[in-house]
Amino acid sequence: MKHSASQRLRRHIKAHVAAAAPKRPSLYCGRSPLRDSTDYVTSPPLPMPPLAIRAYTATTALGRGLDAQASALRERRSGLRRNDLTPLAAGEAPLDCWIGRVDGLEDAALPAGLSQWESRNNRLAWLSLQQDGVREALAAAVARHGAERIAVIVGTSTSSIGATEEAYSRLRNDGREFPEDLARPTLHTPHSLGAFVAEATGLRGPCVTVATACSSSAKVFAQAARLIAAGLADAALVGGVDTLCGSVLFGFNSLQLVSNAPCRPFDAERIGLSLGEAGGYAVLERLDDGERAALELRGYGESSDAHHMSSPHPDGLGARLAMRDAMTRAGIDAAEVGYLNLHGTATPANDKIEALAIAALFPDTLHASSTKGWTGHTLGAAGIVESAFALLALEREHLPGTLNSVVPDPANGPQIRFDSADTRIRYAMNNSFGFGGNNCSLVFARP
Amino acid sequence: MTASDLDPPTRRTPALSAVIESVGYWSRGLPTWEAACAFAVHGDLVADAPARPSPQLLAPNERRRAPETVAVALEVALAACQAAGRDPASLPSVFASNHGDMAITDYMCATLASEPRTISPTRFHNSVHNAAAGYWTIGAGAMQPATALSALDASFAQGLIEALAQIAAGDEAVLLVGYDGAATGPLQTMWGSDGLLGAALVLARAPAGRRATGPLLRAWLSDEPPSPLEGKLSRREAGNASAAMLPLFDALASGHDRLALPAGGGRTLRVELAHD
Repeated sequence: MKHSASQRLRRHIKAHVAAAAPKRPSLYCGRSPLRDSTDYVTSPPLPMPPLAIRAYTATTALGRGLDAQASALRERRSGLRRNDLTPLAAGEAPLDCWIGRVDGLEDAALPAGLSQWESRNNRLAWLSLQQDGVREALAAAVARHGAERIAVIVGTSTSSIGATEEAYSRLRNDGREFPEDLARPTLHTPHSLGAFVAEATGLRGPCVTVATACSSSAKVFAQAARLIAAGLADAALVGGVDTLCGSVLFGFNSLQLVSNAPCRPFDAERIGLSLGEAGGYAVLERLDDGERAALELRGYGESSDAHHMSSPHPDGLGARLAMRDAMTRAGIDAAEVGYLNLHGTATPANDKIEALAIAALFPDTLHASSTKGWTGHTLGAAGIVESAFALLALEREHLPGTLNSVVPDPANGPQIRFDSADTRIRYAMNNSFGFGGNNCSLVFARP
Repeated sequence: MTASDLDPPTRRTPALSAVIESVGYWSRGLPTWEAACAFAVHGDLVADAPARPSPQLLAPNERRRAPETVAVALEVALAACQAAGRDPASLPSVFASNHGDMAITDYMCATLASEPRTISPTRFHNSVHNAAAGYWTIGAGAMQPATALSALDASFAQGLIEALAQIAAGDEAVLLVGYDGAATGPLQTMWGSDGLLGAALVLARAPAGRRATGPLLRAWLSDEPPSPLEGKLSRREAGNASAAMLPLFDALASGHDRLALPAGGGRTLRVELAHD
């Protein structure tokens, strides 16, 4: 009797396959034909219930918190510096490149009660958490809903792997064991970030680390929106943290994607990216019926390129699908978007396809720019940092241009702006694209 | 009194539901879900089972070169889609792994400590936690959203929550994959993980008023303790970093209907299965 369920499951599956197979020809070994169009062939996504953004913050090479970001954006002051991170391997010189390094992390020890979580990444996670009223907004949400109804959904690409790298450079016992000070298992796993943030905040809702490379901390908004809509949480702390480490510096270098000068997004002579580190958060909360918040998450769109692990789809199709779905969920037309923070890494391939995708979707009036010239590419934190920049554009009515870039690439449409503008806008978007062809776009509003 | 009477879904812990249309499974010695079911019931192993999956979705040269975590994830994902009669390109996907590919983490850290300028570009882009998700979408031609999550022991439960939330948000069906490989090098002194394990579900919106095409799953957050790893599949793969998901697969294989998966922070995801 005990195996009757599995027999039944198999019978059901068999019956289902028989019923479904003629309608759905399999494409198991082939590629499905790529539509060169973003028209919906299946039903479009449902509109999403808007979520309040009760607080948001970013800490980057530009400084700690929103005021530091806003003033550097306004003054066109880059946070990039010549790479001064000494490799762990003895006798190796730093890579010849520019980086967006957060000052003062070396002196920003975690509080004594959290010292077992010590790592550069968790320090930046903690430091970012102390800015711009995030803790106060969380305390208010806990008072309203209880800690078990607030989710922690954070993104990263490398989490605390910098600590693992360091351990490998100081192994003991014939190279078999970690040094005692780094023999702390919770650091050496991707969930180091999510577990630390949950511990540091005391939040008890679902806690997860999203690691889809450079789209990670944009996708956290989408996942939180679904979780809240499904009733599993009333609010969420979303965000992302990534810190500079050997893996990303030498890894991107091995792919020949790193520029030896400050990056120049969408410039005709761009040669690659500059890496950076950053942390940031947003506190999202369910809106009561009829309630409006000062800032809202209105839409998200996610897609896959289905093309290559480290090169974007040549027609930017995945990027277009993500932007289309974000605007559909927000219930807005492309003409209503006032500012779009581009992924704009300054690699030749990314910026080319993103420019194509923007030109295909948006009218000439859109102000779109890449802010990577200020911060560098902060990888798993890019989603939250550039969402914060989009929210700043809504709130402070300053639309940043593109730093370090001089000669527009001929592929750029008129949407891609190098100069800043001061305009009141209602909707702002952010694009984040990652390895594996993983894309996410977000729509924010100032109602 | 049953377990669900003790801690039922409430307004503050609402239940999400879906139909399990199909299951994919791979571990050494149990290379299919049918083999896993037979083992769970009779204890039979498959003779001459392959030591490594050979995911048909990848080109032959990629099949050999892919990290084993990618291979096992793609193997079970494709098996689940085939069993459900679903085109892999049509499904959004959720990939949950506790540690990702620890062999690549070990390689990256060891190389950085000695010869950082020799890092392999392929192994670098394979080091991202969403490598399996990326290869899956490329191989399947799936432009649907894909995500990659980690939450230690709670990875699969959090993946299940995300998959159910996607269905609640309007998706008709979602592919969920859980997998982990073996720990290697000095890293294994921090986190042990043995063998190679992957399991996948195709979850679909429960049809209203029509007969379901598989067991109906309901899940909600709870403070009950997690189910012990005492089923046959759970005991066999207890050393793998994804073993925490196995009480669900033991229940599916043996017809049990109640379990609790670790969901993080001392909480669990209570799961109830209605085998119709």
